[in-house]
Amino acid sequence: MQDKPSAEKLLAAARAFLNETAMPQLSGHAAFHARVAGNVLDILARELKLAPGFNRAETARLESLLGESGSLEELNRKLCDKIASGEMDLSNEKLKSHLIKTTMGKLAIDQPRYQGYKTAKANGWPEEDSGEIIK
Amino acid sequence: MGELSKQQFEERLAAMCARRFDAPIEHLKRLSGGASQESWRFVCGGQAYVLRRNPRGVQTSQNALPKASEAAIITAAAEAGIAVPRISFICDDDDGIGEAYVMDFIEGETIARKILRDEEFDNVRGGLAAQCGSMLAALHNIDVSTLPDLPFSDAEGELEKYAGYLQAGGHPFPVFELAIKWLRDNLPEKRAPSLVHGDFRNGNIMVSPQDGLVALLDWELTHIGDPMEDLGWPCVPSWRFGQHDMPVGGFGARADMYAAYRAAGGEIDEKATRFWEILGTLKWGIMCGVLMVSAFESGADPSIERGSIGRRASETEIDLLRMLMGED
Repeated sequence: MQDKPSAEKLLAAARAFLNETAMPQLSGHAAFHARVAGNVLDILARELKLAPGFNRAETARLESLLGESGSLEELNRKLCDKIASGEMDLSNEKLKSHLIKTTMGKLAIDQPRYQGYKTAKANGWPEEDSGEIIK
Repeated sequence: MGELSKQQFEERLAAMCARRFDAPIEHLKRLSGGASQESWRFVCGGQAYVLRRNPRGVQTSQNALPKASEAAIITAAAEAGIAVPRISFICDDDDGIGEAYVMDFIEGETIARKILRDEEFDNVRGGLAAQCGSMLAALHNIDVSTLPDLPFSDAEGELEKYAGYLQAGGHPFPVFELAIKWLRDNLPEKRAPSLVHGDFRNGNIMVSPQDGLVALLDWELTHIGDPMEDLGWPCVPSWRFGQHDMPVGGFGARADMYAAYRAAGGEIDEKATRFWEILGTLKWGIMCGVLMVSAFESGADPSIERGSIGRRASETEIDLLRMLMGED
């Protein structure tokens, strides 16, 4: 068990330093990079919170789709092979639903403000599962 | 060449200006944007210039033209009546700043979000898609036999090149595999090859509040291939900058761009432009999720900017999924 402060709280402190202390003193290219660095910290904070559940949900779906178990990377690699060979495509509702949820999960972490993500939500695409209720 | 320190770079630029213009360099400023290219504005002898340089003076993308070829193509485009900045000179070994050239500075805006949102562009925004169509028709009409040697890459060539990057990268992207399968099954009909700008999109065009489109920039991906590529790329969702209902660059309708292209003598194959929109989205996804990540992780470009672009691959996955399901 890691000791305190928690990763979340440390990240929030680094974010506050960037926003309140560093950014006001920067200009030009350095200010731009500081803004990018701030966005990266936000991605990490969301990943820390959401990825464990998302990864459990994705793994469970992949195991069900492929009928075998393995690491997330191995399972994704096998899915890629099946798609590349034409064995699975979007006419497979289970695959379609899996790819939608997995992609929505990536966006929720990487870029929740992306227009395409907001459009997809408005069109009724489901969010990635939290991973708790999947079985 | 090794990486120059900021001081070395500035000293060499000053020496270059003294030798070439017999005048001191003033107001040197790095222009924002451009993870794959550096742009520096400076004034010398009362005239404003822009230095375009590969990052740290080295070739970082295997697809980018050598700076000397890029400058020669820009000069050929100018002769064909296409609005481009005038090339002043190509930097050589004596200049000692690596692969670079110097062109005249043109007044105008290149930042896509400003073009889409700032009030001063309200009067010209509606005409931009048509201006793009006319400019592309002129570009595709250039006699390729008059040009310096350029790489050839058509629909199948571009698709297989990027499929190869994906495979070499090794990270699994099921949505990209789905797009590759669809694209292989829907290759457009071959047409006569033409000059292709290769990076024609909002962000690489210069817009003025009075005249709209005033210059086409960023020629480093220029090649010979399918002209429909240049009509698909500006409609890639990532280049709409949040204005999703305006497919051309976030500022216009496809119909306006196509009509102007046809009026200027160009022929459009709408099945092919759709193919290129989807391939364009895949290409940007692979650039982010594979090529940028590889440049970042190998240490070739360890900047936070380069690293964070890797996480933009997911935006293209959601766009590809929507496109493959028949949405806009």
